[in-house]
Amino acid sequence: MSNRFWPQAFAIARRDLDRERRSGEVAWVTIPFGAVALLLVPLAVGINQDVLSRIGTGMLFVVVMLFGVLTAVRQTNIETPAQRDAIALLGVDPVAEFAGRSMATALLLLAFQVVMGAVTVALYGLDLAGWEWMVVVMPLTAIGLAELGTLSGSIAASTNAGPALVPLLVTPLAIPLLLGSTQTVESITRDGVNLSWLVLMAIVVLVLAIVGVVTARPLQETR
Amino acid sequence: MLSANAHVVFRRVAARIGVTTILRDVNLTVRAGESVGLFGSNGAGKTTLLRVIATLLRPSAGEAQVLGTDLGSSDRFSIRSRIGLIGHSPALYPELSLAANLEFSARIAGAPLAAANDALETVGLGQARDRLAGEASHGMQRRVEFARELMLQPELLLLDEPHSALDPSAVELVEHIVAGVLDRGGAVVLVSHDVDRVAPMVTRTAELTGGTVR
Repeated sequence: MSNRFWPQAFAIARRDLDRERRSGEVAWVTIPFGAVALLLVPLAVGINQDVLSRIGTGMLFVVVMLFGVLTAVRQTNIETPAQRDAIALLGVDPVAEFAGRSMATALLLLAFQVVMGAVTVALYGLDLAGWEWMVVVMPLTAIGLAELGTLSGSIAASTNAGPALVPLLVTPLAIPLLLGSTQTVESITRDGVNLSWLVLMAIVVLVLAIVGVVTARPLQETR
Repeated sequence: MLSANAHVVFRRVAARIGVTTILRDVNLTVRAGESVGLFGSNGAGKTTLLRVIATLLRPSAGEAQVLGTDLGSSDRFSIRSRIGLIGHSPALYPELSLAANLEFSARIAGAPLAAANDALETVGLGQARDRLAGEASHGMQRRVEFARELMLQPELLLLDEPHSALDPSAVELVEHIVAGVLDRGGAVVLVSHDVDRVAPMVTRTAELTGGTVR
């Protein structure tokens, strides 16, 4: 790791967050649409408190996954070829680029989950027992999805496959994160703390980080 | 063994984009202190040649060396920060201000932020520093890219149609930047279809026709 690694990673994360602050795509498009999606389910299944409280956690993470994939795809496909060339010629470490992009997307996804969590509690009348574990579940979900989106975006850029490939890559690979997040909260409310699902999520996050680090250079080379 | 003294040495280099061969049998040597103008019509392969020199596209055949590094080796990544490229499409982020774009380059390259401000002043954009790049004219965006090269001081500067969208004062700026690179012992490669405008800035010229330098 070069001594420019962290400054470069933070510069890239800062750039992506600045771009989001100016464009407001997550704040003004993704979050409202996610909230509307959560609102539509009670309208569709009827206002039955027992049903809503049973499906609430699952719905929260389904919405987080679907809109999280959109956010990750958006964040990783907003560079033009000229911008990619310019950043390559600045001597950026591809691993620092992976880390920086993943950090920015993870922060956006974390904010998205916090808002969606509040909306779900309000709309579905959830029992908050065990929700303190969200402090672990939400960041793991955000980091995992962000790594997945960044990795898939790099694969799409290097193969010239375009953004259409990214959801196809991200969605199936996000299933362990979806299972891990919902089952962690469900198991806590049902049987008490069961760390096996959290361990699964942590392993997924770690494996994605390793794959991202190992493939960063080859993927940049084939762009 | 190619020459270690030249900044660019190409021997029978070919390059493909997809299945299409764009460059073939390109022989080119650019020495330190030289400014070489490559002229050619649309589709002659000028931009592709610059991308190969910039290490952004791998040659498909031949021997190629840039800044003493073989482009077939993985070492080519280590020379990227010593190369400057100004393409004909601006590479700025439209949601960021002109100053923020330049400061981003400074942070990545490890240059002081004060150098970014100085460069912005030098290219005449000190007053427009907070304007969003997406709301700036094409000419202003190009000035920011020239400011980036002023700040980073590359050893090898590659310019693609450098006069595109520039007013007369900016043309003087380009000449100033080219002279600065040559004074530091660097080299410049310019590609253009406009021989007359580029001629004052180059020490020699070559023509690119059908993907080959003549």
